[in-house]
Amino acid sequence: MSEQIRLKKGLDLPVKGAALRKISMTVVPDVVALKPTDFRNLTPKMLVKEGDVVKTGTPVFADKKNPDILFTSPVSGTIDAIIRGEKRKLLEVRIKSDNSGAAVKFNVPAGVFLDRASVIKALLESGLWPCIKQRPYAIIADPSLTPKSIFISAMATAPLAAELEYVLKEEFNAIQAGIMALGKLTEGGVHLSIDANKSAPTFLNKFEGVVYHNFKGPHPAGNVGVQINHISPISKGEIVWTVDIFLVAAIGKLFLNGVYDMSRTIAVAGPAVVNPSYVKCCAGVSMEQISDLFNFAHGDIRIISGDLLSGKVVGREGFLGFYDSLVTVLPEGNYHELFGWVKPFRLKKFSFSRTYFSWMLPYKQYNMDTNTNGGERAFVLSDVYGKVLPMDIYPVYLFKAILAGDIEKMENLGIYEIIEEDVALCEFVCPSKIEIQSIVSEGIELMIKEMS
Amino acid sequence: MSKLRKLTDKIKPTFSKGGKLSFLHSTFEAFESFLFVPDSVTRKGVHVRDSVDLKRVMTVVMIALVPSLLFGIYNIGYQYNLASNSGMEFWEMIWFGFLKIIPLYLVSYIVGLGIEFASAQIRGHEVNEGYLVTGMIIPLIVPVTTPLWMLTLAVAFAVIIGKEIFGGTGMNIWNPALVARVFLFFAYPSHMSGDKVWVAGVDGFSGATPLAQTSDGLSSLHYSVSDMFFGFIPGSVGETSTLAIILGAAFLIYTGIGSWKIMLSTVFGGLVMGFIANIAAPSADCAMAIPAWYHLIMGGFAFGAVFMATDPVTSAQTEYGKWIYGFLIGTFTVIIRLFNPGYPEGMMLAILLMNTFAPVIDHIVVGRNIKRRLKRAKTV
Repeated sequence: MSEQIRLKKGLDLPVKGAALRKISMTVVPDVVALKPTDFRNLTPKMLVKEGDVVKTGTPVFADKKNPDILFTSPVSGTIDAIIRGEKRKLLEVRIKSDNSGAAVKFNVPAGVFLDRASVIKALLESGLWPCIKQRPYAIIADPSLTPKSIFISAMATAPLAAELEYVLKEEFNAIQAGIMALGKLTEGGVHLSIDANKSAPTFLNKFEGVVYHNFKGPHPAGNVGVQINHISPISKGEIVWTVDIFLVAAIGKLFLNGVYDMSRTIAVAGPAVVNPSYVKCCAGVSMEQISDLFNFAHGDIRIISGDLLSGKVVGREGFLGFYDSLVTVLPEGNYHELFGWVKPFRLKKFSFSRTYFSWMLPYKQYNMDTNTNGGERAFVLSDVYGKVLPMDIYPVYLFKAILAGDIEKMENLGIYEIIEEDVALCEFVCPSKIEIQSIVSEGIELMIKEMS
Repeated sequence: MSKLRKLTDKIKPTFSKGGKLSFLHSTFEAFESFLFVPDSVTRKGVHVRDSVDLKRVMTVVMIALVPSLLFGIYNIGYQYNLASNSGMEFWEMIWFGFLKIIPLYLVSYIVGLGIEFASAQIRGHEVNEGYLVTGMIIPLIVPVTTPLWMLTLAVAFAVIIGKEIFGGTGMNIWNPALVARVFLFFAYPSHMSGDKVWVAGVDGFSGATPLAQTSDGLSSLHYSVSDMFFGFIPGSVGETSTLAIILGAAFLIYTGIGSWKIMLSTVFGGLVMGFIANIAAPSADCAMAIPAWYHLIMGGFAFGAVFMATDPVTSAQTEYGKWIYGFLIGTFTVIIRLFNPGYPEGMMLAILLMNTFAPVIDHIVVGRNIKRRLKRAKTV
């Protein structure tokens, strides 16, 4: 075991509605969707048309720039609809599941035949390659490159995140197989970070073929980007790959069983959930199918695929994202509050700052909603951001370099080391209500455009 | 509540785009968001937001200023009573001070907010809350005898030249309240310094401040340490009572809005320079020989260190930079006080000077981070 890396900066959001350890629903998929918008900088090329019959693992679309990267159907059935947005941008491919269990059988290497080329080939063919994200920028990995190393976070600190020990309890062998396969892709080893806060023994520290790192601290300590920054920060010209741990399990299942298996256990949590708990389903499941868990008594609610800091609004007609293992449901905050900012107590409101009293009640949990709690202003308080970003980065200077479009400064100040989720807490605490994650997105897009 | 809300919703279309009074959009928005937390919801990025906003932050600073303001009001009456021997009761002194300070506040807020609203309107922005604090500080850092027309000019200068031409709150280089003070100081020097300006209502009375007295050495100082600490001395309205300022400082540090690093390093810088002067003092009774810690309780040192040096926009913004920035403010204050025959007070000029150099300090601190990153990239 390596030494413990203790991070002090950060914040665990005390939001109500964490999922209890029970499976409240097992969803038999009806209509599922594959969304090109889940992948940064992807231009999809359709490989099917409406009405086509697909099996689990049949390619649905490919990356136009690198047609070897395939995106395959998580279920068997027929292509129900191809949804396009403005300028015919492909938004969703909806697949009506027939639940016949028909699946493409992939020829996977095993044992001594498991080498780099065969692993890459198997991942590309099966549609599991997009599970591997490449830093900088968290884009789909380029199979022609060799990363410095591969990082996996087995530590979930995001608000209301699924408990990994619970959702992965049956996946030990699959994750182990996935780790062995990923280990073939890099010379620098597979690095697995685990939560040193947890005192109870866990199976997560029993894998072989990984370099372990222990992290301790509040969110965003569980973000793989923050962990990389402390283990081996990304310098200009370097690339590393990252994989979400439950997708490592999916990769493992490919090498164990030869199938594309995107089934997963997700947490459905948040203040507007009737019964916060876990649901067995698969990638791309429709929100309609789990809507029994949503509490519509709150009036308007917001359904988010992902966590409440960086997830995407999908709505009741939406679908779970490719990389997501959490659905967060929040009440909308579209109400006026008389003299809200001037009330001295407001005990139902949470604040990281000490201008309210919530810091005196460390165990209280809050019914958070989507109200911005104030209007947007220029940067005024510039020292709050550093308090929730445990990285060797000056956040405001980086954000301002992005706003100015200054590529060299962005490089120098660390644009390669962050993605949106790493600065999400900066955005949460910002008293000027600046959309910091959008700024970072723009910066990353600009870098991709200018540096390619 | 719902009645007020209904009324607001009813008149809102008049001020919205296409409405008759749509040119007053920013003004309406400012008043509406003053009454109600807006119903706006997060659109992208984080879905929940911290409850703190700039209104709350500015309110905290204003609360921190209240002890200084209250004591200042009392002290106006107290100094008048002392100078005129009119035998006033406690409440009479308060009332006297209150009547003197109200016109200053009216001018400060009407002129300042008027310009803020107008410029927000021109830009089509929301009105920023920054001036609520600036407008509260300005009357506290001028002599109570400041003529209102001078104050009007100073406030207008501060808001327009000090802030709006840079793009408004958050973009300015210098602390706007100090810009107002420095404008008065250089445009009307005879009204801003000297003996005759500090006590209200008594013509020609010499109410020298401790700083003016000590320019000749400790033996000319006619105030006791406790008077200077508690604030029973002539001076700008809010700066005299170190105790009241410490109360404000405690609140700012507790809420985390004011940087304790800047406050502490400013005090430290002042003490260090004071000690150096003590050691180098040519005789036992000259300005340089004043005990170093006297500087902390005389003049605007404490007020400046707590309320003005810590302005988050114009101070250094990196954590290391704050130490350097504060330390230099303290040092320069004492240097200006001791080695400059023209100005008895040095806080204002020291803060403005360091406001100017704060970006340089930050540049150096951030530059070290950049160098670290480049070095790492090279070793790869």
